[in-house]
Amino acid sequence: MSFSREKAGPVYRTVREVRGPLLVVEGVRGVSYNELVEVKLADGTEIIGTVLDVYEDRAVVQVFGQTEGLSLDVAVRFTGDVMRIPLSDDLIGRVFNGSFRPLDGLPEPIGYERREIFVSVINPAAREPPSEFIQTGISVIDGMNSLVRGQKLPIFSEAGLPHNVMAAQIARQSTVLGSEEEFAVVLCAMGIKHEEYEYFRREFERTGALDRAVMILNLADDPIIERIIAPRIALTIAEYLAFDLDMHVLAILTDMTGYCEALRSISIAREEVPARKGYPGYMYSDLASIYERAGKIKGEKGSITMMPILTMPGGDITHPIPDLTGYITEGQLILSRELYGRGIYPPVNPLPSLSRLMKDGVGPGRTREDHMEVSNQLYMAYAEGVKARDLARIVGELSLSDRERRYLRFAEEFERSFINQGVYENRPIEKTLEIAWDLLSMLPEDDLVRISEENIRKYHPKYRSA
Amino acid sequence: MSQQVGVIKRINGSLVVAEGLKGAKTGDAVYIGELRLIGEVIRISGNLVALQCYEDTSGLSPGEPVIGSGAPLLAELGPGLIGEIFDGLERSEVEFWKLTGPFMRRGVKITPLRRDKKWYFEPGAKPGDEVGEGDVIGVVQESSIVEHRILVPAGLRGVIESIEEGSFTVDDTVAVLATPDGRSVPLKLVQYWPVRVPRPYRERIPIDRPLITGQRVIDTFFSVAKGGTAAIPGGFGSGKTITLQQIAKWSDADIVVYIGCGERGNEMADILTNFPELEDPRTGKKLIERAIFIANVSNLPVAAREASVYMGVTIAEYFRDQGYDVAVIIDSTSRWAEALRDVSGRLEEIPAEEGYPAYLGERIAELYERAGRVVALGKDKRIGSVTIMGAVSPPGGDFSEPVTSTTMRFAGALWALDTDLAYRRHFPAINWLRSFTRYVDALEGFWIKLDSQWKMYREKALAVLEEASRLEEIARVIGERALPNDQRLILLTAEIIKEGFLVQNAHHKVDTYCPPEKQVKLLKIMMGFHDFASELVRLGVPVERIRSLRSVAELLRLKEKERLEEIDSAYERVRKDLEKLKAEYQVAR
Repeated sequence: MSFSREKAGPVYRTVREVRGPLLVVEGVRGVSYNELVEVKLADGTEIIGTVLDVYEDRAVVQVFGQTEGLSLDVAVRFTGDVMRIPLSDDLIGRVFNGSFRPLDGLPEPIGYERREIFVSVINPAAREPPSEFIQTGISVIDGMNSLVRGQKLPIFSEAGLPHNVMAAQIARQSTVLGSEEEFAVVLCAMGIKHEEYEYFRREFERTGALDRAVMILNLADDPIIERIIAPRIALTIAEYLAFDLDMHVLAILTDMTGYCEALRSISIAREEVPARKGYPGYMYSDLASIYERAGKIKGEKGSITMMPILTMPGGDITHPIPDLTGYITEGQLILSRELYGRGIYPPVNPLPSLSRLMKDGVGPGRTREDHMEVSNQLYMAYAEGVKARDLARIVGELSLSDRERRYLRFAEEFERSFINQGVYENRPIEKTLEIAWDLLSMLPEDDLVRISEENIRKYHPKYRSA
Repeated sequence: MSQQVGVIKRINGSLVVAEGLKGAKTGDAVYIGELRLIGEVIRISGNLVALQCYEDTSGLSPGEPVIGSGAPLLAELGPGLIGEIFDGLERSEVEFWKLTGPFMRRGVKITPLRRDKKWYFEPGAKPGDEVGEGDVIGVVQESSIVEHRILVPAGLRGVIESIEEGSFTVDDTVAVLATPDGRSVPLKLVQYWPVRVPRPYRERIPIDRPLITGQRVIDTFFSVAKGGTAAIPGGFGSGKTITLQQIAKWSDADIVVYIGCGERGNEMADILTNFPELEDPRTGKKLIERAIFIANVSNLPVAAREASVYMGVTIAEYFRDQGYDVAVIIDSTSRWAEALRDVSGRLEEIPAEEGYPAYLGERIAELYERAGRVVALGKDKRIGSVTIMGAVSPPGGDFSEPVTSTTMRFAGALWALDTDLAYRRHFPAINWLRSFTRYVDALEGFWIKLDSQWKMYREKALAVLEEASRLEEIARVIGERALPNDQRLILLTAEIIKEGFLVQNAHHKVDTYCPPEKQVKLLKIMMGFHDFASELVRLGVPVERIRSLRSVAELLRLKEKERLEEIDSAYERVRKDLEKLKAEYQVAR
């Protein structure tokens, strides 16, 4: 077992109650809250757990791993320590399961240092505000929802949409403008299907990214409860790579919906009062303890950029999982079934998508002085075009005014040539902005109210060609 | 103060149950376990005491000791607060960083005010003076903006025996007070106040001046008064944080207390990096010299969010009592309410709605009631105010959920953020149909001094916006072209108000702050345009003709002009163009 240093600590066989993943152990002494526990089942299998509640000599233990085979007849060892993992640069290139056991046939890792996986809070005063533009080569991200190093930007998707293809493309193409450094990738899979994992592995292998990746896998048929610790293991490794080894890490967490369902199962087993849709009231804080591990620290070279992926149950963005995530992350990229249906890839709907940190990463000296204004103008024009399209559906295109028709054409052209691009197409930011200006030149100049007159004169194709 | 000792019986998350602690009262601060984690007594039954622990309880075991301080959780008040960044327990996060590295650790003891720093104290009283609670005995120039007035602590009065000018640390005695009961009480630069108890004042007085934020939609349409309250509900992505940051930067308060309660770490980092560089448009001084931050971010222990809000408000009241206008910004009160829910759940209380305790409404009301404009204690009758602006984060953007709906009942102004506006990049995304202010009449006096017609412009603009939203509904079905000319003009004017007035770019160097004089002027011009254009429409001028005038398009950019004369001359051009059109159609008739 990789979590505890040695087989020490008292063993009890006094389990009085088994309820889902929870065990009630009696007659214990010196047990502490959140302590790591090892449970040996009757058939010799060992699983791990932590102490959730301790009342005098009675401890409630939550186990991570299979819950079949749990009985009153198990041996419970209290290790006297919280959950830790060993860390070293040997972890790079490795694959583990949600209990940190190797899946790649290589031996158990040995670390220089063992670090707690649950408690890690960056001091807000020590944080460096993220501001380095990451060029993903995807126009709708770079142009309108720019990602910066140290940001946490989730993809809100739905079942059947190509979020994994997009995540892999981002992992493959991302570079920081003006530097050739590549990202190390930490992939944490929670409840995804085997073929989805295979896709990531193949893609990483093909492009050589596998040599700078660490994967923690809890697939759909693995114990659901392990999903609680899998992201913590992944992020503890990410922090080690970023802040001990000075690497720039891209952490991809997929699928957070799988994680939240595990959280709900435990909450229900504990008979807690639920907040919304059966999810516990502390889900916001729990998700924050994961997402907030992204960031940069003053005086440190490395960084953690995080891209959680979640599938919105029923495509409902007000569902607690996307809702609470959106309150914590610095924006969101929202995929649209409608766009995908029309053959647009990546099907990112820019209107509800947002990157909160974009303003700090773009502009003069970073990308280009007109970047932010062009982005705002695209938003406004596309929103106008979508409105016209809705109207045309009711009254017919012929009844639209000239202005409405113009915006409708703009929206269609925008989807076809700006949003739409190839899975292996890597567009530099200059190219993205060029396409944007070509589209904006479809509109009368007086309509470009979000762009300053200076920038219009400098970048509008009309003046450039003249 | 007597120390009480107890023993831990149970640990369940932030809830710790201890036995012993004889004489403990609810609200008392306690130190839990070998690490001396900070907590508070929340319930007593028999010899068992339930404690809320403000730090992570991992590793605590039954049998470890608990020490009761016998005193409630206190805020430390004195020179050194300005420009600081604290956690929810008033520990300096910069000191924390120096002590423990970039990751937070538990059980760290840091005094709020720096002990080694010396402040120059200038006495304002002399030996023999009779002083009472709230009287100023002297001042310390804390920053180039803030003169920190040292007050006689509440409950004390007497005659000054001695008082000294010079450099002192906060713990040094600067004066000695002889009280009527014959004691000699040393007065220091530092004093303490329990965070959950509102600080006393002489009397509340009517509120009659606006807190100018430089944000047009707020100041002109939904302004908050100094001493009033405002709530800002909005789903994620509706630009809540930027709106709050704009208020923190530009509002004309003397002191700003910014409480980041359960929010993003990077946002606090952004504020902390930007504020030291930003200048106050009124004083030209750095904004950091009037700001205090409490950064209790989302991944810090939930229970401490509860304390952080009261801590911030207590600090605000302390500066109010010195005679300052203080703006308190809480982002977000929903996270604070979640902390209440968390503790209530662990205590196994019967929940009311969505798991929140039945006393949620009471707590929200109590919090907002700590705002107000008051005459402070003390002979010189200083006037100060605390304005509280709280963000609310409704789950799923649903305003009927308990925290939002309760807050709406108690807030004086409501700035309802709208995700649809945000999608269109209409910022600040404050919805003009759902927002309100209860302060219009109280604040009219201020605006009328700038333009006697102000109230008329405001009402007319709101009426146009409201009418436009109705017409848009119709246009959505039949198309804009099918509307009669006068209705299309309403839509055009509404568009000019929206783009040229309501939309304000926080990142534009001129537009980020709009002084009241300019707000009034812009509104006046837009309403003037509307009147003139209505006349033309009556003459039969098609709206298309008016819309296509270059000078009309310019109305949308007037907000970017810095000088008022530029705005005037731009409007002259509009007038001339409209006159020309008018002449053309009068002839045609």
